[in-house]
Amino acid sequence: MTRNGPLALAYHTVFIAFILAPILIVCWVAFTPLGYLSIPIDAFSLRWFRAIADYPEFITAFWSSIALAALSSTVAIALSVPAALAVARHRFPGREAITALFLSPLMIPPVVLGVALLRFFTQVGLGGTFAGLVLGHIVIVFPFALRLVLAAAAGMDRSIEHAAISLGASDAAVFRRVTLPLILPGVASGWLLAFITSFDEVTMTVFVATPATMTLPVRMFLYIQDNIDPLVTSVSAVVIVLTAILMLLIEWLYGLERLLVGRHAETT
Amino acid sequence: MSFLSISGLRKSFGQHVAVAGLDLTVARGEFMALLGPSGCGKTTTLQMIAGFVPPDRGTITLEGEDLVRVKPNRRGLGLVFQSYALFPHMTAAGNVAFGLEMQRLPRAECDKRVADMLALVGLATFAERFPRQLSGGQQQRVALARALAIRPRVLLLDEPLSNLDAKLREEMQIELRQILRSLGATTILVTHDQAEAMALSDRIAVMNAGRIEQVGTPTQVYERPATPFVAGFLGKTNVLAVEVRAEAGGTAAVIGDTRWPLPARIVPGRASASIRPEKISFVLDGAGAGLAGTVRTRVFQGVHWLYQIDTPAGALIVIKQNVGDMMPGEGAPVRLTWRAEDMTLGPAK
Amino acid sequence: MTPRVLPYLLSAPALLLFVGVVLIPIAMTVVLSFNDWSMTRGIIPEFTLKNWQEVFGDAYFYGIFFRTLRLALIVTLITAVFGAPEAYVLNRMRRPWKGLFLLIVLAPLLISVVARTLGWALLFGGQTGLINKSLLALGVIATPIPFMFTETGVIIALSHVLIPFMVLAVWTALQQLDPQVENAARSLGAAPALALYRVVLPQVMPGLLSGAIIVFALAASAFATPAIIGGRRLKVASTLAYDEFLNTLNWPLGGTVATLLLIALVAIIVGANRLIERRYAQVFQ
Repeated sequence: MTRNGPLALAYHTVFIAFILAPILIVCWVAFTPLGYLSIPIDAFSLRWFRAIADYPEFITAFWSSIALAALSSTVAIALSVPAALAVARHRFPGREAITALFLSPLMIPPVVLGVALLRFFTQVGLGGTFAGLVLGHIVIVFPFALRLVLAAAAGMDRSIEHAAISLGASDAAVFRRVTLPLILPGVASGWLLAFITSFDEVTMTVFVATPATMTLPVRMFLYIQDNIDPLVTSVSAVVIVLTAILMLLIEWLYGLERLLVGRHAETT
Repeated sequence: MSFLSISGLRKSFGQHVAVAGLDLTVARGEFMALLGPSGCGKTTTLQMIAGFVPPDRGTITLEGEDLVRVKPNRRGLGLVFQSYALFPHMTAAGNVAFGLEMQRLPRAECDKRVADMLALVGLATFAERFPRQLSGGQQQRVALARALAIRPRVLLLDEPLSNLDAKLREEMQIELRQILRSLGATTILVTHDQAEAMALSDRIAVMNAGRIEQVGTPTQVYERPATPFVAGFLGKTNVLAVEVRAEAGGTAAVIGDTRWPLPARIVPGRASASIRPEKISFVLDGAGAGLAGTVRTRVFQGVHWLYQIDTPAGALIVIKQNVGDMMPGEGAPVRLTWRAEDMTLGPAK
Repeated sequence: MTPRVLPYLLSAPALLLFVGVVLIPIAMTVVLSFNDWSMTRGIIPEFTLKNWQEVFGDAYFYGIFFRTLRLALIVTLITAVFGAPEAYVLNRMRRPWKGLFLLIVLAPLLISVVARTLGWALLFGGQTGLINKSLLALGVIATPIPFMFTETGVIIALSHVLIPFMVLAVWTALQQLDPQVENAARSLGAAPALALYRVVLPQVMPGLLSGAIIVFALAASAFATPAIIGGRRLKVASTLAYDEFLNTLNWPLGGTVATLLLIALVAIIVGANRLIERRYAQVFQ
């Protein structure tokens, strides 16, 4: 395969710079020693990181987001494992429609979902509750979880299960001893992707969240609408670093490329 | 009563009839091969015996018990798959032990049997390896050990050697036969490889389009093929157009001016005849009898000569042992003959 | 348990969730779009077409929709023009650079969109934005370029947010390609650029178009980035719905905007997918 010439590499460098610029500048500005936003910064200070402690609403929102993400991912995975097995293994009437329905949140603009849930929750008395927020997040992250579990279930050699059956295993034993261990990488990465998606979700959440059930992205978003000061950059920097750590974890456990590309991509 | 008995087995998938009324009996300790091209229904038959595909009609009886009623995990059959289907997350020993764990065998006895089985297939020192650390041949042996560990009543092999390269396949065939003979295991092998079927089995059931065309020992199906399909599937054969004529005292197959007397029950008319290349001889005396032809090509292959001969009835392949005699050269006119009982007749093409 | 019933039982819990949390709420929103509203009485549960008439009749509304579609189209073009070559360049790299840079390009997808957009706000800001400061200091420009609260700014920021999707789509398509095909074209005398255009591009096209559909849909329904960069005055469909729902509190009108956005996007996505599948059927075998 021909290698890249200098022109191609120059383009690539500019591209990478473009991709990283906004992220790097946020992290950089977060270290400003001044009391207001000014670029460039000439000294490094942790004052705005320490200042986060003075804003308990950010810390509460952070833990809310964590709890919300953990809860909705877990429920989404618990529901998507049987659903994936049903869709991957059986041909039944309505299979295509059901799969389309499960993947529909990818096609539905989050705004529409936010609006719809706001209306729905108000009518059924779930308005402004954490439970309602969880339900909305479960639905939004479900397609991400399902796709990864589905890939694992569909990619599994069925004859391995047949072998287990022929050796005397009941359906429950087959699932416990053979199927589940083999789709576990898909399940784990599905959970992680769902977690990250829920944690970052802002568009739908901004409609359904209330001051009592505020999540971190929404808190940051509302703050930015009023003013942009170094505080929100230090919060963003923390989020970026935490995400980076999580990504390294995924890369080590599963392979980030496999997670995002959806299947085993060989790099040569 | 025979050990395993299949009667009237039928299975269709939508419009496609995979198995169209199959009858077969297998004796205890017998090695039976289901031989046929892809799509002939042999794998479907095996899957029905194993219980993964429910038959539309028919019975499968094992030791007098109706197997169709029994769930697949209770049939006590051992399966070896084409893809080996080893549990990738368990070691070789773990794989072999699995069936014993399902039977709730006590730990000590389980460990002993696993060790015995792995020793039987020559993998005693590989017990703690994972499948990905084993070669294809080694994986195949683990799969065999795993299936044999549960002391199955019948062992079902689904093209187990087709993923191995030729040399390894031959070695495994010999080993397989030795192991199964020593255990006296009743075995059903599904394969499309006629050499494999002939090498391993006590009897072969040749299948085509969902039906069994012939059941017999390897010698029987090779030397006395019942239909042109069987003749063509096992070994090489020539197919000629002949005319069957009624004569005084019986019927005869006729090509040109050469005739072969046949048993009287053949219906007169046009037909096809299969004759194996090694059964055709050159007529050496100048009596003028035999089918006339001209040698098109002649190839020396060490053990034998391979001839292609053009005749009015078509091109024939003839194989002649190299016994040092003078052989006709290319372009030479020859006359061919064979025994009537070496011909297999079938419908005209 | 018969195999017939099993798949339904397995999908039932998720199905129930989706019917309850997706289908019913959306149906309610569609119904809501036909409801009346007044500042004093709130939502009036009577059937009326006035919301729909307003959205289609008032220039303010369909102006916003056209802007949304226009922006989405431009963003799609930009991501395609700049993202596809990057995918190609990545594909030709050696290990470990190939995997590393792919990760760098795709990783931003996992980072909060608010954090990313904040970065653009810092780069864009009038006098204080880094871009303007640098260009002023270098003497390239005399007055700061307005980025914040302009369509240009929104387009640039949205392109940044969505270009990883395009790179991913084209990269995936490139993985299916036999690299020898391009070499074969070269050996037959084609110049590198021509080989690219005549041989590689046509094969990658279905992947590129799939990526384009994804980018278009996400750009048309984008919320956070246009809200932060575009501000209150530069509205797109999503921020319009937000406005009606949470500021004006005219829920029926907001519901109309949402329903229209949903229908338009679903129609475009499904239609475009069908077109691609038909045109490139042989590639999908």
